[in-house]
Amino acid sequence: MKNHPRYECNRDHHYFAPTRRQVRCHGAMLQCVHQNLLPWECCSQHYKNFTTVEEMTPEEKAQKFQRPKAQTTIDEEEVSKFSALSAMWWDEGGEFEALHSLNELRVPLIRDALVSKKTLNEYDRTKPLDGFWVLDIGSGGGILSEPLARLGASVVGVDASEENIKIAQAHLIHDPAIRDRVKYVHSTVEEIAQTQAGKFDAVVASEVLEHVADANTLVTSACQLVRPGGSIFFTTLNKTRIAHLLGVIVAENVLGLVSPGTHDWEKFVAPKDLSYMLHRNSFATRLIHGMCYNPLTKRWSWSKDTSINYALHAVKSSDTGETNVWTQEKK
Amino acid sequence: MALRAAATGARRVLSQSILSSLLKGKYSFYSTASLQDGDFADIVISGGGMVGAGMACALANNALLRDKKIVLLEAGKDSGDFTVPDQFSNRTCALNPSTVRLLSSFGAWSEIEGMRCFPVLRMQVWESCADAMITFNNPDMSEPLAYVVENDIILASIMCALKNVKDQVEIRYESKAVEFNLPGTDKSEEAKLPFVKLTLNDGSVLKTKFLIGADGMNSAVRNASGFHTLKRQYGQSGVVATLMLGEGLSNTTAWQRFLPTGPIALLPISDTMSSLVWSTTPEHARNLQELSNESFVDAVNDALWHEREKNEVAGKLLNGFKSVLNNILPADTEGMRQLPPTVIDVVEKSRAAFPLTLIHSSQYVRPRIALIGDAAHRIHPLAGQGVNLGFSDVACLNDTLTKAVSCGADPGALTHLLQYETERQRQNIPVMLTIDGLQRLYGTEFTPVVIARSLGLHAVHSMPFLKKMIMERASA
Repeated sequence: MKNHPRYECNRDHHYFAPTRRQVRCHGAMLQCVHQNLLPWECCSQHYKNFTTVEEMTPEEKAQKFQRPKAQTTIDEEEVSKFSALSAMWWDEGGEFEALHSLNELRVPLIRDALVSKKTLNEYDRTKPLDGFWVLDIGSGGGILSEPLARLGASVVGVDASEENIKIAQAHLIHDPAIRDRVKYVHSTVEEIAQTQAGKFDAVVASEVLEHVADANTLVTSACQLVRPGGSIFFTTLNKTRIAHLLGVIVAENVLGLVSPGTHDWEKFVAPKDLSYMLHRNSFATRLIHGMCYNPLTKRWSWSKDTSINYALHAVKSSDTGETNVWTQEKK
Repeated sequence: MALRAAATGARRVLSQSILSSLLKGKYSFYSTASLQDGDFADIVISGGGMVGAGMACALANNALLRDKKIVLLEAGKDSGDFTVPDQFSNRTCALNPSTVRLLSSFGAWSEIEGMRCFPVLRMQVWESCADAMITFNNPDMSEPLAYVVENDIILASIMCALKNVKDQVEIRYESKAVEFNLPGTDKSEEAKLPFVKLTLNDGSVLKTKFLIGADGMNSAVRNASGFHTLKRQYGQSGVVATLMLGEGLSNTTAWQRFLPTGPIALLPISDTMSSLVWSTTPEHARNLQELSNESFVDAVNDALWHEREKNEVAGKLLNGFKSVLNNILPADTEGMRQLPPTVIDVVEKSRAAFPLTLIHSSQYVRPRIALIGDAAHRIHPLAGQGVNLGFSDVACLNDTLTKAVSCGADPGALTHLLQYETERQRQNIPVMLTIDGLQRLYGTEFTPVVIARSLGLHAVHSMPFLKKMIMERASA
């Protein structure tokens, strides 16, 4: 305990020892819930998110720790109720336009990373992802889940919003080709990780990390879900000043790409922090690419500059003896 | 090692079976919901003309679309096996190299070569009001500029090529959509479906993710989509006929002469025959059709040879300009003026006329809909670009779909279709404007315009790099 390293907070350069119950961040003293709080946890959390388990009422506890509720069916009444909302999600010129066009980058990224593990004999051009199990965290209306399923993957979409799950289901039933390949589950990643740990070939958290209160918990749970040798993918916003300016202020208030209040800069995660979180979960980062959105053409393109949006691919160290540069260095 | 692999395998099978059971929730409401009644196809092509059938053939040969169900709706009857008739048809097209490449890619070009086609090595364009002219040809006349092929043969060849991939495309003859339910057009319950629902003429229902409108200039798909459409009557009619030519060494030149009433063009279809496309006033077109064969031949020869519209001022200025240019630029022997052929006869019953219109749809796509060929754009035949633009649409839409499907996108996804629209309009609109401009430029005898156009044409003719650029544009 005494030798515990001091961490540098990546925002305001406040030093603190993670083992202390009280931490200083942004000039305020915060009561820490967990013993091993890390700098990014401290910075990404606002004090209001600090509620301890002990403080919860029994109802809240029951709600938080209930078993994953598998949404197996959606009845006809719900289909008509949610189809209007689903039309909004799936309007490619509407509110989620940027998410639709992001598929042009993220689907090939996931496809090519996974397909590289196949031999030529296993490769089917029309269904390159056949046989892969993919978990889509924060599946929303299913904008990413459906294309992955169309490429042959078996997709489980998980979303904390029951409404989103219904919306996604209302859209999915219209496509007979993929509706047996996609399953939407109303749950949280932490809950799924309790029962399905190590069962997915790939876990995708696209445009999710910047919305969660506790990125470290999400990353840890997501990492548990990946099988050894499997992949994890993130696309999110960097924690830079330019991301704050363009990704939040300009995108929300000037260009109106996303509705105001969508993004909270405090919650953004820098690639090096994300990479380190993954490293602690025995993941090796394979690539970090910058992504650039052109509001005139309304298209995304890859870029060297990771200062606004970036995509990250990491691979879990496998127990089959695959060389892992990161762990070797440590030894 | 093997043991460990087996253990890993077993663990994977086990974990996947758990996941499978999680995934296989039974969707019991499928049968009761009104979503799945009627037929379903991934892609429906409405209209089995040259461009529509070409689209079907290109998609059927696309390896990435192998698991897609493609339906081609054709209003006409199945004509059965095609045999090349002895007599030439009066409707022909000049296919440029990029169209030939597309047709080769799905095996239709070899069918055409096996039937009948004729190369154009050289093109000469001149006018009746001045001596200015321009010629086009590839270096040493090695590569043809285009191939003249009868429309019937193009269609039959594509249908032949379609037979090789008949598992991929379902052709429904004598059927067309009479009612369209498009997503987002009205507020009814049906319209909330994210699919296109077609009611066919036999009352059956066909649902599709993606409808391609290839149903010609009076496109029903375009009307149903509510696209803003630009229409303009040229006030001209096109007269077509098959002509027999007199003496002459070889018939490999396409001729076009601009007359104040419209251009007259001769496309070679055999060593002794050419196909006529004569754009003129509707009254004149009617007259030409009523004339006896001999008088019609005289009228064609007169249109190609007569000198009575010569503008003297323009002629003098042009001669001065020519001598100046000759001193600066070396004379080009390949670009020498050749005399047009003499027509000696017209093939019986080959004369026909049709009105010429300009049609352009401001949009080519909307969610789950795309227009190709004449449904999207119909232009004046004076540059012979109409069907070539249509086949370029086919090639572009095929590439767009390949890209969309490889990203796992729905084939009817607007994000990708917009790329098709942008790319095609970037090519089609300049071509349309150029042709429309040429048509207006040569539609007058006003002296200053005659002088300007003849000097301009001669200047272009004297600059090989400019000509090369024009040829590349026309064959791209």
